[in-house]
Amino acid sequence: MPEIRNYTLNFGPQHPSAHGVLRLVLEMDGEVIERADPHIGLLHRATEKLAESKPYSQSIPYMDRLDYVSMMCNEHGYVRAVEKLLGVEAPIRAQYIRTMFDEITRILNHLMWLGTHALDIGAMTVFLYAFREREDLMDCYEAVSGARMHAAYYRVGGVYRDLPDQMPQYETNQFRSDADIARKNETRQGSLLDFIEEFIGRFPGLVDEYETLLTDNRIWKQRTVGIAVVSPERALDLGFTGPMLRGSGIAWDLRKKQSYAAYDKVDFEIPVGVNGDCYDRYLVRMEEMRQSVAIIKQCVHWLRENPGPVMIDDHKVAPPLRGDMKDGMESLIHHFKLFTEGFCPPVGEAYAAVEAPKGEFGCYVISDGSNKPYRLKIRAPGFPHLAAMDEMTRGHMLSDVTAVIGTMDVVFGEIDR
Amino acid sequence: MRAMRDYIKSLFLLELMKGFGVTGRYLFKKKFTVQYPEEKAPVSPRFRGLHAQRRYPNGEERCIACKLCEAVCPALAITIEAEPREDGSRRTTRYDIDLFKCIYCGYCQESCPVDAIVETRVYEYHFENREDSIMTKDNLLAIGDKYEAQIAADIAAQAKYR
Repeated sequence: MPEIRNYTLNFGPQHPSAHGVLRLVLEMDGEVIERADPHIGLLHRATEKLAESKPYSQSIPYMDRLDYVSMMCNEHGYVRAVEKLLGVEAPIRAQYIRTMFDEITRILNHLMWLGTHALDIGAMTVFLYAFREREDLMDCYEAVSGARMHAAYYRVGGVYRDLPDQMPQYETNQFRSDADIARKNETRQGSLLDFIEEFIGRFPGLVDEYETLLTDNRIWKQRTVGIAVVSPERALDLGFTGPMLRGSGIAWDLRKKQSYAAYDKVDFEIPVGVNGDCYDRYLVRMEEMRQSVAIIKQCVHWLRENPGPVMIDDHKVAPPLRGDMKDGMESLIHHFKLFTEGFCPPVGEAYAAVEAPKGEFGCYVISDGSNKPYRLKIRAPGFPHLAAMDEMTRGHMLSDVTAVIGTMDVVFGEIDR
Repeated sequence: MRAMRDYIKSLFLLELMKGFGVTGRYLFKKKFTVQYPEEKAPVSPRFRGLHAQRRYPNGEERCIACKLCEAVCPALAITIEAEPREDGSRRTTRYDIDLFKCIYCGYCQESCPVDAIVETRVYEYHFENREDSIMTKDNLLAIGDKYEAQIAADIAAQAKYR
């Protein structure tokens, strides 16, 4: 009888559960994975190199496009690095707005992760529910920045504009009764803060619903419990951050350990897992959503009480107000200088990281004293996670690969950069 | 006792039934769906959609060819050529935006000192040919003329934040 040999299976890049353009070359023994070899680079856009050819502030919109499901967190990482380089700090109100939107982004990201992870494993309904809630958060994004995803809202020295006092409303149309429209507009009567407050009021109940659908579900547990177990030591060795590390039981969270923005002024907990399997990482992320709600609630409360500037008053870094620019010669000159040349940070280097939903998102900027970065290095959290693909899937079945891809929360925008 | 309870729970598919309960409730709730072409989701005045060039109320185009938008555009999507007009005023002879390059960051609108180039809340447009993606000055002014009321209202609404 001839010996059965391993065979190689090509998974992706056009696979519905490959989360974008992941290509895996799997060496299989029957249905068991012997070796998994991720091939990346299909979404490479040279963001780091592009940043070298344009002034600092013009790279901010490109940061949105790295991890395109946690847009504002990426901006935050970049903006913080440049602020560190310049030695400026955003006003306190901007810090709170950033904190609030980082957490909104975290919920956005985790909802996307939950939906796709569950869809990969076979639960369709959660996906639809998760996207329904994402819609509300996207509306917050749009109300504040003008774009549903690629916000370009954080700027060096603060945020672009203050929170709007009004939410856009549904318009009447012949296909809906006026009562229907009024019901839809009910939450949109007040300011953006009212809208967010209403959302976080009902969101914990919705998280409970997702948990009802999944947490005890036997199919969900069969597909996740004991899959891709990573020990705490290995998680550290592999460079895991974020929920991947916390799922293994290490309470590491940059928001607490190296606090930034207004995170030291708000109260929240770091959830950690025990077993380090897909199920624990799922539970960690679910709990993180609840913690995000708590943080947003505190930020909303603070932002209501404390109006103030959202941009530093240094026109060498931040453009002057539009009214001033139209009236004053000096402001006009600053305006022109900033939008053509930009600013020139002193020679030096800076690394700043934020706790993005997926883990530590860091930017390392070297300045040679000109208006463009000499070098920008982006530390994307997904990259080390994906690098552990082989270790996490080895010995598992082929169908567990989709569970592992789901639990890693890979997004190719940031891995390929 | 606990084993017994777990056994019964498992036998009667309790957790699955609870899940069905959640989905079953939604079956009878008001639907969330927006019936898109007929009804549309709300759009904020800050929305960054299709570009437009504006005119002053007397019909004179606003753009003075200062080229700030061209300089600030991260994607290098804007091309401007300018020379003095017969009456001596400085105007663009060419103002092209390549919408395939454009990343809709809104920096052009932000930089424009005379509010000439704006991003409107129009998000429904298409091209039938590749070359149509390059918006010329005439296209942009036509869009501006068409939506001027909306653009002016949006800019007025945002004035206090900028």
